[in-house]
Amino acid sequence: MSFDRLPLPEKVVIPSDLKAALQTEERILEAVAEAGYSREAQFAIRLALEEALVNAHKHGNRGDSTRSITITYDVDPSRVVIRVRDEGEGFQPRNVPDPTAPDRLSVPCGRGIMLMRAYVDDLQYNRQGNEVQLIKNNSR
Amino acid sequence: MPEAEAEAKLTVSTEDGVTIVEFENRKILDELTINQIFEKLNELADTEKVPMILLNFRKVEHLSSAALGALITLSRKVSRRNGRLVLANIHPQIYEVFKITRLNRVFEITGTTQEGKRAFQ
Repeated sequence: MSFDRLPLPEKVVIPSDLKAALQTEERILEAVAEAGYSREAQFAIRLALEEALVNAHKHGNRGDSTRSITITYDVDPSRVVIRVRDEGEGFQPRNVPDPTAPDRLSVPCGRGIMLMRAYVDDLQYNRQGNEVQLIKNNSR
Repeated sequence: MPEAEAEAKLTVSTEDGVTIVEFENRKILDELTINQIFEKLNELADTEKVPMILLNFRKVEHLSSAALGALITLSRKVSRRNGRLVLANIHPQIYEVFKITRLNRVFEITGTTQEGKRAFQ
C-alpha cells in the first residue's frame, strides 16, 4: 500500500513536547477502543504511535519544543490510519541499521522503526522522510 | 480525561542479597516515566558493590523501545560491576516485544518471580 495523500478527517497540531504527545496518544487510543478494536490491536496501535511520536520529537524536531508535530488520523471500525509529521529535514528509513544485527544488539537505541513495522499492517514514510503513516486493520 | 501516569513508582525489597524491584506503572512508554524509573534503578545499581537485581514486570502492560534502551543501559552498568540483572513475570505481549527485537537473547528472563529468585542461588 502506498503513502497516499488522501486527507484524513482528524487533525491535531501540538508543540513538540512529550506531555502533549501523550495527551494526543490517549485521545486517539480512546477513539480506537470506542471503535471496537481488541486489546491486542490497542496494544499494537499504542506502541506504534508512541514510537512515531517519540521519533518525531527526538529525531525529527531534535527535541525543540518551538517546533510542531502534526498528527492526522482516521479511526473507523475497519481500520485505523495515523500520520505523524515533524518539522525536521527527514531521513531515509532504509539507512537505519538493523537493531537485531549481532553487533547492534546491545546498542540502547534504534528499535522504534522495527517495532512499528512489527505492530502495524502497513508503515510508510513520505518521500522526504518527515512523515510516517501507520495503518492497522481491525481483524476481528 | 486522558489516562496519565505522571509519577514513576517502584516497590523495592531485599531478599537473600537480591534487590527485588516491582514496577508499579502499567505503562513504561514515555521518556518522562522512563527517566524517573531508570534514575531510581541506576541509583540502586550504584549503591550495591555487586548489584543483584530482579525486575518484576507483573504489572507492566506496555513497554516502548526507549524503555528497552534504558534496560540495556542498566544491564551494562550491572555487568560492569560484576552483578546480575534478571527480568521476571513478563506479560506475553511484552515478551513478544523482547522477541521481535531479539533482546530475549540479551537479557536473562525467567517466568515467575520465584524462578527469578532461584536464578540467583
